[in-house]
Amino acid sequence: MATVPLPTRPRVPDTSKAAPPPSYAKGNARRRPGFRREQFSGWGMIAPAAVLLLAFVFIPAILGFGLAFTNARLISPRPIEFVGTDNFSRLFTDPTFYRALLNVAYFTVVIVPVQSGLALVMALLINKKFRGVNFFRTVYFLPVVTSMVVVSLLWLFMYRKDGLINEILSNVSFGLIHGPDWLGEPNTAMPAIIILSIWQAAGFHMIIWLAGLQGISGELYEASQLDGTSRWQQFRYVTWPGLFHTRSLVLVTITIQALGLFDQISVMTQGGPMDSTTTIVYEAVRSGYRQQETSYASAISLVFFVLVLIVSAVQRHLTREKD
Amino acid sequence: MKNQLLLKNAGTMLVRVLFAVVAAFPIVFMLVSSLKPDQQIFGDMSSFAAFLPVGNISFDNYAAVFDRVPAARFLLNSVGVSTVTVILGIFVNSLCAFALSRMQVRGKKIVFTAILATLIVPFQTLALPLVWWVNQLPYFELNGFSLEISKGWLDTYQVQIVPFIANAFSIYLYHQYFESIPKELDEAARIDGAGWFKIYRRVVMPLAGPATATVAILTFLPAWNSYLWPLMVIQSEELRPVMIGIQYFFQLNVSWGEVMAYASLITVPVVVLFIAFQRSFVNSIASSGVKG
Repeated sequence: MATVPLPTRPRVPDTSKAAPPPSYAKGNARRRPGFRREQFSGWGMIAPAAVLLLAFVFIPAILGFGLAFTNARLISPRPIEFVGTDNFSRLFTDPTFYRALLNVAYFTVVIVPVQSGLALVMALLINKKFRGVNFFRTVYFLPVVTSMVVVSLLWLFMYRKDGLINEILSNVSFGLIHGPDWLGEPNTAMPAIIILSIWQAAGFHMIIWLAGLQGISGELYEASQLDGTSRWQQFRYVTWPGLFHTRSLVLVTITIQALGLFDQISVMTQGGPMDSTTTIVYEAVRSGYRQQETSYASAISLVFFVLVLIVSAVQRHLTREKD
Repeated sequence: MKNQLLLKNAGTMLVRVLFAVVAAFPIVFMLVSSLKPDQQIFGDMSSFAAFLPVGNISFDNYAAVFDRVPAARFLLNSVGVSTVTVILGIFVNSLCAFALSRMQVRGKKIVFTAILATLIVPFQTLALPLVWWVNQLPYFELNGFSLEISKGWLDTYQVQIVPFIANAFSIYLYHQYFESIPKELDEAARIDGAGWFKIYRRVVMPLAGPATATVAILTFLPAWNSYLWPLMVIQSEELRPVMIGIQYFFQLNVSWGEVMAYASLITVPVVVLFIAFQRSFVNSIASSGVKG
């Protein structure tokens, strides 16, 4: 399909890059009336947010990087000393840390496809207007407005051996299934946490999918209907390509959220049984907060951050626009 | 042909209802159980009664919650902290987005890029260095006529508010929304002699209602739900937010009816607020920048 443009053909001027009206042009911007005042007020308006982000995102991020190579403790009379990579060598010889990595990988690999898939199904179900659409949108979103801490507490109760989940399982199977003590056994604890996490968060990604769906022009659907396509073909050739940008957004947000698994663990299992649900962030909080080892926790946080960066970079690479 | 379509629609509706049941049943179970004594909660569990407010229904659990926990104080703290965070967040972030979107400020591209870059830093990685850092920050206190300076923000209200005011995602949402408002409005206001702040307050912000609703909800939810952060920075009982109150129920004999009552108590306000804002929230997310 590559067509070589003839050199003699006059080029269409690229209007998108054409010079803006003279008063906005870069060259004489300084001479525009009110230029200095605009700079002054503009920076004044940016400053509050910029200063806060600097103080509470950039500085702690840099500090975290630095503290990881020291022996800082939260409250300590001793001066902070530089200890090189001691924290990291301790971390990389800690079997609990590898267990945490493995658990987070397990959680993420299951959560990303299942949760994004279910969220897409939910979005498709409530995309078109019908009677009661607002009711369904609200109900699907209810778990999202419920705090993860409350959700964890609630499911902690439902997952008991004599809890609601096992009673339901027993009822629908006419007494054949006797569910386990979900959170008490190493094999079922992580799957149990996965289920409740999907239940809580799918509604949020449903909204993002919905935004993408609303962005697809209705004409495309009408055109495909004229061609007599089936529902599946319509999804495959109109909807799915139209969700290109949304797809990567959903992917990245679910992945980052999954890698940072913490609240559920802290409320429900505290990493147990037998480290089967411990996570990187949970380990960082355990050492940084309970044992007050800021430096070691910073090292874990740094490793976590690098992990997030690598995973997002790989995802960006895989989902990049292919020409 | 028509019958087939009808059948298909009924099938779709069935799936919709199925998803709604799955989404709602734990919440219904929580609300209903909060009204029952413990024994009955376990008794009803094996039948459909688990989801119905039947039998010995009362607000005893709620009364017991207020006995066990300073729940009113915790609710007040959370309402205060979340409200202040939301109001300051709306102001600070929209102001920043306004300048970045509608003014010719030199260097704004770099600033905007830097702001967006903070989106990839998960809060969990910042939390621990941040605890150490806020403990080094100075704390000014006006005591009578003398200004007292002490060190450390741990165990205060502002440590629960100030770090969460500026938010890159809110700035991004406002920025996207402001881009869709015609710039000619600013020009017209400027010809009428309005200053930039007046344009922001009188022209642009009144048109940005849906963006404000979204930012309000997206700031309120994490503020109300925050758990990890207050767990680390708050010691005093009188400063604790609602989520920390959960710990009180597992100290002595656990009463699940009381746990469910407390869980309902801290969830219902949020749900009510969400339903009130629901329409503009969903619409604005669906129409604003999230298209990516």
